[in-house]
Amino acid sequence: MDKSIIISKINDFLIDEFEVESEDIQLEANLKDTLELDSLDYVDLVVSVESNFNVKLDAEDFVSVITLKDFYDLIDQKMN
Amino acid sequence: MSRVVISGMGIYSCIGENLEEVKKSLYDGKSGIIYDDERKEFGYRSCLTGMVKDPNLKKLLSRRDRISMGQESKFAYLATIEALKNANIDDQFLHDNEVGILYGNDSTAQSIVQSVDKIRDKKDTNLVGSGAVFQSLNCSVTMNLATLFKLKGINLTVSAACASGSHSVGLGFHLIKSGLQDCIICGGAQEINKLAMASFDGLGVFSVNQDDPTKASRPFDKNRDGLVPSGGAATIILESYESAIKRGANIIGEVVGYGFSSNGDHISTPNVDGPAIAMNKALKQANILPDQIDYVNAHATSTPVGDQNEAKAIYNVFGKSFPYVSSTKSMTGHECWMAGASEIIYSVLMMNNSFIAPNINLEETDEDSAKLNLVKQTLNKNIDVFLSNSFGFGGTNSAIIVKKFE
Repeated sequence: MDKSIIISKINDFLIDEFEVESEDIQLEANLKDTLELDSLDYVDLVVSVESNFNVKLDAEDFVSVITLKDFYDLIDQKMN
Repeated sequence: MSRVVISGMGIYSCIGENLEEVKKSLYDGKSGIIYDDERKEFGYRSCLTGMVKDPNLKKLLSRRDRISMGQESKFAYLATIEALKNANIDDQFLHDNEVGILYGNDSTAQSIVQSVDKIRDKKDTNLVGSGAVFQSLNCSVTMNLATLFKLKGINLTVSAACASGSHSVGLGFHLIKSGLQDCIICGGAQEINKLAMASFDGLGVFSVNQDDPTKASRPFDKNRDGLVPSGGAATIILESYESAIKRGANIIGEVVGYGFSSNGDHISTPNVDGPAIAMNKALKQANILPDQIDYVNAHATSTPVGDQNEAKAIYNVFGKSFPYVSSTKSMTGHECWMAGASEIIYSVLMMNNSFIAPNINLEETDEDSAKLNLVKQTLNKNIDVFLSNSFGFGGTNSAIIVKKFE
């Protein structure tokens, strides 16, 4: 899958399901702060990724994810 | 021992989404029963039900808050928002005081079925989402409301089938009376969906009088053929007299008696003695005589045996004093886990507005109901004290007595 499509799909579910304001979606934005994630929200992030990309993430996958860019890269890496 | 008063109420029901709407429906004798097409295809014997809108709380709550709430919690949230406003209790009061919650609920069927279906489909529990467990536990309502309103007192769900809401008020009454709590959010919630009521429908006890849904629930009528399920939520703020006076609350009633009993008998068929014991215990606790009760809000669900046995029990307890009796389930259907709380609210609305709502669809009494002073048309009448009955599967009985505040 083309990375631009991956980014677009991620942004769509961040806006629709996680109710992130579109202007807050920036490459260098901190994922945890932008989404106001607590430990439970990571469970829902795993669900959204699976339903959008058919990719199953584990808790360890998030260890190196700090920014939204890291998150896009992670999915891109899993997909391609 | 503290006096226990009602300082706020809120309601989300099939006859109105707030106190004002419900008061009008009660006075007008308006039914909230509809025919639900979805149930036919699902395999229901009866497609009749009370219906409320599934609330959209997007503007009121964050995603994180909403994701843990099933239908019954959403109903309860709306009823509780109205009740707290009605009681003039704000976030600061909830922060500064040990306010508790005792809420009746006895199912989260839709949430359980939907989450298990997801796991079956994905074969991975990780993919069910973070809200599923909080939606599925039976204490989902108290879990959610205690978190949303940041409550710091008793935090407990009361599960007693169709008497859940009533027992929640009774237990709240005792905790406040004994001085253990000063303010408790009581109530009852009942989900409305085809997944929740299917097994109940399977017992064949729902009315199949489907030609005119508004005529189907007919408690005490000779031609009744079963109950009509319903739901929503009802919240009652109980408070110690001292706490209510201290903050200048508008006191709208006083709970003076709670009687309870267990039939020790059949799992679904109610008897006469159990309910009579509960009513007598409530009278004894309230220290009042049967002839001081002006109105009895009957449990009567419109089933042949249930109404007949309750009519006998009411007659045995009250006999010649002949209080007015009606079943508001004739309009609302059977609000099950919510009913005990909602029917206290319906009765308080009547008491504080000097009328008795009609037992609609009562056209012909039978041998037992003929001995009661049943209200067929709206009566403009003063009520000083009422008793509200609630009974449930397993033979659990609860009777609450409320009097006008003086």
